[in-house]
Amino acid sequence: MDFTIKTMAEYAAEGKAPEVLFFVGCAGSFDDRAKKITKAFCKILNKVGIEFAVLGQEESCNGDPAKRAGNEFVFQMMALTNIEIMNAYEVKKIVTTCPHCFNIIKNEYPGLGGNYEVLHHTQFLRKLMEEGRLKIEGGTFKGKRITFHDPCYLGRANGEYEAPRQLLEKLDAELVEMKRCKSNGLCCGAGGAQMFKEPEPGNKDINIERTEEALSEKPNIIATGCPFCNTMMTDGVKHFNNNEVTVKDIAELLAEAEDL
Amino acid sequence: MQYIDNIIFFIAMVVGFGLFFKSLKEIYRNILLGKKIDRSDQKAERWGIMARVALGQSKMVKRPIAGILHIFVYVGFVIINIELIEIIVDGIFGTHRFLAGILGDSLYSFFTATLEVLALLVVIAVVLFFIRRNFYGIKRFTMKELFGWPKHDANWILVIEFALMMAFFTMNSSDWVLQQRQVLAAHGSFPISANILGPLFQNFSDNALIFTERGAWWFHFIGILFFMNYLYYSKHLHILLAFPNTWFANLKPKGQFTNLDSVTKEIKLMMDPNADPYAAAPEADPNEVPEKFGASDIFDLNRVQLMNAYSCTECGRCTSVCPANITGKKLSPRKIMMDTRDRIEEVGRNINKNGKFVDDGKKLLDDHIQREELWACTTCNACVEACPILIDPLSIIVEMRRFLVMEQSAAPQELNQMMTNIENNAAPWQYNQADRLKWATEN
Ligand code: SF4
Ligand code: SF4
Repeated sequence: MDFTIKTMAEYAAEGKAPEVLFFVGCAGSFDDRAKKITKAFCKILNKVGIEFAVLGQEESCNGDPAKRAGNEFVFQMMALTNIEIMNAYEVKKIVTTCPHCFNIIKNEYPGLGGNYEVLHHTQFLRKLMEEGRLKIEGGTFKGKRITFHDPCYLGRANGEYEAPRQLLEKLDAELVEMKRCKSNGLCCGAGGAQMFKEPEPGNKDINIERTEEALSEKPNIIATGCPFCNTMMTDGVKHFNNNEVTVKDIAELLAEAEDL
Repeated sequence: MQYIDNIIFFIAMVVGFGLFFKSLKEIYRNILLGKKIDRSDQKAERWGIMARVALGQSKMVKRPIAGILHIFVYVGFVIINIELIEIIVDGIFGTHRFLAGILGDSLYSFFTATLEVLALLVVIAVVLFFIRRNFYGIKRFTMKELFGWPKHDANWILVIEFALMMAFFTMNSSDWVLQQRQVLAAHGSFPISANILGPLFQNFSDNALIFTERGAWWFHFIGILFFMNYLYYSKHLHILLAFPNTWFANLKPKGQFTNLDSVTKEIKLMMDPNADPYAAAPEADPNEVPEKFGASDIFDLNRVQLMNAYSCTECGRCTSVCPANITGKKLSPRKIMMDTRDRIEEVGRNINKNGKFVDDGKKLLDDHIQREELWACTTCNACVEACPILIDPLSIIVEMRRFLVMEQSAAPQELNQMMTNIENNAAPWQYNQADRLKWATEN
């Protein structure tokens, strides 16, 4: 990155507090594909001039895969660790690029003493756009077809269908909807800890079914809002040996539009 | 002797309703086998949801054809119940079309005409439903979990409804002819009976007509009593339970799972730097039953989950949107609900027989629901979203996973690995926590 990412600890050392804490998440920190999303999002924040920090080494897994698998112990261990640290920094506002981090911090941390305003990055970026702080000129995407895959933990789990679409509409591209979209959207197959194990026997993998549906809309780009969906759809596109269609997170598309 | 009809009628009614309330009591008793759960907050919102979803069928019409046909049958059913009041009064007091005296002739004509139109719509809907269910090969109606009783049950309901409507028309038609002949006083208007079936009865003698009219009237009445009592054995229980079921629905965001308080206490103790690691464990209450994590049987589920199971109409809308099921995995959220109900009923019969539950060596887990089904779930909430009466199959799946993981350490191997990684490295993969910010300095 060509600018420095500051941590909460650094802000605290300066006696300051950033506008928002970016909770990067495990995928966003370690997974090579997801790291690109993390960086794209940071570039946008940097360009807009948002003061933001990450927890860095002090961040732990939010606990989602353990919780969805049924391991309440491991989940609460992670949650309470994170809450302790975030409360010590008096964190007020959190943004995430992962709907799983978003859901769990927003809905399940309050019961354990972690109360924050939590936004998914598409919600945060939309707000910046509405406030006029973020301007999107999507010229590079003119004439392109984009289809958006709703992440279950942003959509059905939390009722947010519009924020990603409102951002995509700014790109001057043609937004095409899959047959199963919004509240009827089909899962990519990664949620509920499925990402970390082989699927049960069946006749197809879920991500193949979903990618097939996306490809049938003849898009140039499949847009995602979740690092796990991104991996699943990317693998799906590879499965069909399709070199024309790319899978990109909304943050990446916006960064590209801004030539960041 | 002239009162014999009324007496028989009265006895039939008392027996019919008596049995019905006995079944309801049993269902209630069985639901109380579940754990207490407080869902009495936000009352105004709950009434609103019930009005929209159960009464207004807002979720049914997401699939327009089935939705509209269902509304015909449903509205017909409600109206028939108004008519039942008339049947009961006429039956006990030997009156004839007593509502006519109360409503006045023109209003009564409007009432009977409306009933006839609705009854016709019910007949049409029921016939289409029957054809659709049996001859169209719609996947959710031909799946394995519906073999046997569930399939027969669905068809029986349609046949009974059809027969009831036919009895209704026969009754009206013969009544109408008798009214024309001034054998009976003229009350009501019968657009369908007068024009379609009525002419067929023109050649009947007065006595034959009276016999037909009474026969149909009795059939109709006994039929309703029978149907009412049939509910207990049927997925048709939803016509009653859909109401409380939607009222008690979960109002939290669908992605929010419960946090187990018992776990919180332990972890807080574990993480507390001031806690003395060598201190003796606090005096345990010897009568305290150790808390069980998750659910392996119906007793571990909460009462709303048990009511959910009784309310399920086996429509399969949940299963038809389930990504696991769509791609051929064993999981079917509908089956989760059906299995749960089967197990509750098994336990209920056990209690009926023994006076209290005597261990039968069976459980909901493994004897009904297989582990493979549970592990296929992506927790995507599509089933919850799809259910027309707000049933939550996912919550049962999660409770059972909790049991498997926390009580039995029986998660699939890869998940165990993932959970160990989280415990050791604070990430589901084997990366070092110290490397968490590496991305910031990479290109
Ligand atoms: S939450 Fe689980 S059971 Fe329900 S639709 Fe999704 S995968 Fe199927
Ligand atoms: S749970 Fe709901 S959607 Fe699924 S079969 Fe039962 S009633 Fe239908």
